[in-house]
Amino acid sequence: MATSAAASAPPPGRTRALLQNLRNGDEVARLITLVFASSILLVTFGLIYQLWITSALPRHKFGFGFLTSSMWNPVSGQFGALPFIYGTVVTSVVALLIAVPLGVGAAIFLSELAPPRVSSTFTFFIELLAAVPSVIYGLLAIFTLVPLMRDYVEPALKKPLGFLPVFSGPVFGFGYLTAGVILAIMTLPFIISISREALLEVPTEQREAALALGATRWESTWQAVVPYARLGIFGSIFLGLARALGETMAVTMVIGNDPSIHASLFAPGYTIAAVIANEFSEATGDLYLQSLVGLGLVLFLLTIVINAMARLLIIATTRRGSAHP
Amino acid sequence: MKKSSPWLGIMSGLAILLTVAQAKVLINAAGATFPYPIYGKWFEEFAKVDPDAQINYSSIGSGGGIRQFSEGTVDFGASDMPMTDEQLGKFKNKPLHFPTVLGGIVPTYNLPGVTQELKFTPEALAGIYLGKIKKWNDPELTKANAGVKLPDNEIVVVHRSEGSGTTFVFTDYLSKVSPEWKSKVGVNASVSWPAGLGGKGNEGVAGVVKQTPNSIGYVELIYVLQNKMAYGSLRNAAGVFLKADLDSVTEAAASAAKTMPADFRVSITNAPGKKAYPISTFTYLLIPSKIDDPAKKKAIVAFVRWMLADGQKYAAGLAYAPLPNEVVAKEVKQIALIQ
Amino acid sequence: MTLRNRWRKTLSYAMLSLTGVCAAVAVAILFVLLGYLVYNGWRSVDWDFFTKLPKSPGETGGGMANAIVGSFQIIALATVIGLPVGFMAGIYLAEFGGKAFAFLVRYMADLLNGVPSIVIGIFAYAVVVVPMHVNSALAGGLALAVMLIPITARSTEQFMNSVPQTLREGALALGASKWKTIATVVVPAAYRGIATGMILGVARIAGETAPLLFTSGNNAYMSSGFTQPTASLPVMIFLRATAPYEDWHRQAWAAGMVLLLLVLLANVAARLILSRGIAVQK
Repeated sequence: MATSAAASAPPPGRTRALLQNLRNGDEVARLITLVFASSILLVTFGLIYQLWITSALPRHKFGFGFLTSSMWNPVSGQFGALPFIYGTVVTSVVALLIAVPLGVGAAIFLSELAPPRVSSTFTFFIELLAAVPSVIYGLLAIFTLVPLMRDYVEPALKKPLGFLPVFSGPVFGFGYLTAGVILAIMTLPFIISISREALLEVPTEQREAALALGATRWESTWQAVVPYARLGIFGSIFLGLARALGETMAVTMVIGNDPSIHASLFAPGYTIAAVIANEFSEATGDLYLQSLVGLGLVLFLLTIVINAMARLLIIATTRRGSAHP
Repeated sequence: MKKSSPWLGIMSGLAILLTVAQAKVLINAAGATFPYPIYGKWFEEFAKVDPDAQINYSSIGSGGGIRQFSEGTVDFGASDMPMTDEQLGKFKNKPLHFPTVLGGIVPTYNLPGVTQELKFTPEALAGIYLGKIKKWNDPELTKANAGVKLPDNEIVVVHRSEGSGTTFVFTDYLSKVSPEWKSKVGVNASVSWPAGLGGKGNEGVAGVVKQTPNSIGYVELIYVLQNKMAYGSLRNAAGVFLKADLDSVTEAAASAAKTMPADFRVSITNAPGKKAYPISTFTYLLIPSKIDDPAKKKAIVAFVRWMLADGQKYAAGLAYAPLPNEVVAKEVKQIALIQ
Repeated sequence: MTLRNRWRKTLSYAMLSLTGVCAAVAVAILFVLLGYLVYNGWRSVDWDFFTKLPKSPGETGGGMANAIVGSFQIIALATVIGLPVGFMAGIYLAEFGGKAFAFLVRYMADLLNGVPSIVIGIFAYAVVVVPMHVNSALAGGLALAVMLIPITARSTEQFMNSVPQTLREGALALGASKWKTIATVVVPAAYRGIATGMILGVARIAGETAPLLFTSGNNAYMSSGFTQPTASLPVMIFLRATAPYEDWHRQAWAAGMVLLLLVLLANVAARLILSRGIAVQK
């Protein structure tokens, strides 16, 4: 607006232009919403910064050893993250081993076989599972799943397979396996929902082409449709993994709270989220508290990486999929 | 004039509301789970005596109590273990320890099919928690329990998962009776347990033991009584097998009561005396020696006074032993030190 | 038909039936969980639950009136902070965003969305509890607000983007300024989706426990303000479920049922609003 032919002093001209624009409602609106949008950046950077500085003590004291040490001893002041990283990974892997076949299978049924009404009703209910708070899964797990595992499932596994290290040792009910099962139930709706959408995006030509070549219904599904949707399915798996890694309450209530590494799935263990939940308000001494924050930082980084991979995979599928918004 | 009157009414109404709201003093406290049942009862009863004081107690464990008290997130703390010199050094004005009651830590177990009471030797308890005694029918256990058919099942060991005064007292006892425990594990609020499941708080350990067959845990007496759980007798320093009860716990404090140091920090585990229960302990309130807020100071002092007088009457009903008279007298004098 | 073909056909039939079983199992899990919870909760909930304060350990009776009010306080605070910020940020991303900055904001919002709630609790602890030296509803509300903001922002952006460009162009052609277009044309067109996103977001944070454990803590009494420890339903469920007292378990079931029903109701309502909106638009 205020364009001066003589470009003598750019700053005053630009400031004047800015102030001029401010009288324009659009610019005001843009600035206001910009401020709110920046708050997201502020919060995120603040979070990372806070995690970093509040975990300085263990970082200086143990260095990289913090991640590789398996000794968690508040008495002697030794804090190692390995048992918790181990527990977090093991419970999440167990969860995926159960949830992925179950979830992808269900997704295939819902996208390929079920009549539309059945498919949408089933999907509606399954998505409700995703809305159940973690502490309620924990509540149910303590009183139903733990006795079930302790009295039926784990002994049943131990009898034929007890020679394997993963199924050896005493049966507690609380432990890695039970935590893995409840995590599986919690990640199931995500895997089903996203895989189903990925499968629905597959163009019918793929199916029809396979059938035209003489494939059975199953062969057409498994060999033509599913591979086409594999990026989205992998994305759902990564998303499920990210969710399982950070899950706190349900795991805390059934994991058994033992900060050591055990080979057996029947044994009690600990995850990063669970130890923070249990010990954060009671950690005596700065090194102890900051070690817990350090664990939080590890978890944070882990979930960022997995989430990023999940998003990349899902974006890749949707880009390739249909054009409508 | 006409327009200002409704405003005046609103403002004065708000002012009255605010002052009424301020009249209730909220005092935050946190700490040991060991005395939670009686503290809960006390705060409830004290609220009837002084309705304006609300004492909100968070049962998070002695470790948490000491930490939050040191950070100033609560107005007073509670712990079964006395604070160490190092922890006390962090305060500008050294806080005061006020013992409240005596309690006993019992070995509780869940053995379906075993109806008789079990006897535990110190070696058995240490061996179980060291992970050396793995089965219920281990000779160390069977020899003390002749006539009881102990099953050939693995022992599920349950301990505390967080910083606990109960753990401190329990490990203090184990260190006194087992040199191996002393060198391998030691005494502290939170130790590196050789084996077992972790429960959160006395409540958590009792909860896990109650639900898990073949398990054993260490909890304060009232928790097993309130939940009708089985608990064993322990052999004391004089060689007698005793269960924890009012008399045996009181007896454990008898000798300590006479030689009580000024700051009340003692350990009474494995006390001498034929009738003394070996894992007994005082539990403490950690009160600041300088309280700035006058309303809070008034309420806290009033509570401590009440606790030493009327409060002690509730102890027996909840299976805690009341304080010996000599100790009470010394504590009443200590109240004067709160400024 | 050859043997091989018969095998292929049988395999096809078997595998496809198996997928049906998978789907049935998934749905069955929901009903079993819900059923068990409602069964236990129904037997345990009574008028006292909603009106009385909790009792000391070992005593029966009492209720969770303070937790219900406390949850309401914390969620209200989180909503008041989180929804407007998220909504405005979403509008920025949809309407005003440039290339680089909007990409960064979007990326960070998704990042924040994926952060485990307990880590957000650590953040709120460091930022609010430590300086204030007390557990408070403020800290808890802030932690939940931090979770609500990115959810709201992304869902608002998504539904704003789904409004056809033609509506915007029409308004602009009639002489409306950009912000007027947004306020009077685009947002109303997308309001169903935006509202749905908000309801779902609030329902999600309503059930969160981990960030509240060491921010708002717990309180045996009604909270006397936002700067004091405050009881909340999820935290109470956790504390009661892990204790040995039968009466406390009873209370945990009741609280669990109440919480779950509220969360599910919000979810179902949100989805109905959205589906009705889509039907109308079509």
